[in-house]
Amino acid sequence: MIETIAFYIFSAVLVASAIMVVFSSNAVHSVLFLILAFFNAAGLFILLGAEFVAMILVIVYVGAVAVLFLFVVMMLDINFSELRKGINTYMPFGIFLGIVLFIELVFLVFQGWVAPPSGGPALAAPAPMLTEISNTRALGQLIYTHYLYVFQVAGLILLVAMIGAIVLTLRHRPGVQRQRISVQINRKRSESMVIRQVSSGAGAPKL
Amino acid sequence: MQNPLLVDYVPILIFLVVAAAITIVMIAGSYLLAQQKPDSEKVSAYECGFEAFTDARTKFDVRFYLVAILFIIFDLEVAFLFPWAVSLKDIGLFGFLSMAGFLGVLTVGFVYEWKKGALDWE
Repeated sequence: MIETIAFYIFSAVLVASAIMVVFSSNAVHSVLFLILAFFNAAGLFILLGAEFVAMILVIVYVGAVAVLFLFVVMMLDINFSELRKGINTYMPFGIFLGIVLFIELVFLVFQGWVAPPSGGPALAAPAPMLTEISNTRALGQLIYTHYLYVFQVAGLILLVAMIGAIVLTLRHRPGVQRQRISVQINRKRSESMVIRQVSSGAGAPKL
Repeated sequence: MQNPLLVDYVPILIFLVVAAAITIVMIAGSYLLAQQKPDSEKVSAYECGFEAFTDARTKFDVRFYLVAILFIIFDLEVAFLFPWAVSLKDIGLFGFLSMAGFLGVLTVGFVYEWKKGALDWE
């Protein structure tokens, strides 16, 4: 009962905030609605029993990806009302994409695509009952052994993303003075100061 | 509720309901109870006593973006560690070495970014 009510609340808020992402006039508000949508999607995942995916959605998407989106939105110095003028030219394509996705969903609902009964080669193990084993543990038993290659490729993709981000954005400004702590600490007294005997009344000797 | 997992989440659900209720009461209360007589001075932007100079949206250094994206990458790396840590007893040495390979690949990237100076702030 509560489960059903929670499902409908999460779904309704999810759809509403997704619509607001597209239609809100301020791009920063769009990102904030996107965060709300992520949170509701996480709620839906929890209702499905996919605890780990829900937490990753909150940690990675809300905590990191949404912040990155905010950066991008604030960094782009764009006049958004001018950008909005192009909406009519892109509208037919957008509607076409929307219709394609909607038809796919309809197929899914009316069992247009049915997974093969054996589960097919992609399925390593049936989803275990949540009473026997926790969701995170069930994932861990498969990711690192059965899906080894996919897992390693994920690591390589992260490596490429890391190197790509550095190559594209890292610029060293010339003439920047940095603090070099090791040099500071290794400085000897003899390198930096000289003690001179100055006789009184004669003034400092010429260096 | 048959699902035992969802029973664990009941406190969070209660928390959500209370948070939503307090928010709605505060916002709706201020709309309904407060006297609202806006004029052009009251609703204009206030920036420490002087007129706002420019738009808040300005270009800023791309290095913030670089730090954010490097953070996401290591965030994802840590996300992979959680199910591995939970199930290490079941997957044994093979699973351990699998994760060692994954971490090794990312350590190559980490050394690269360290040597490149991407972690230094000028």
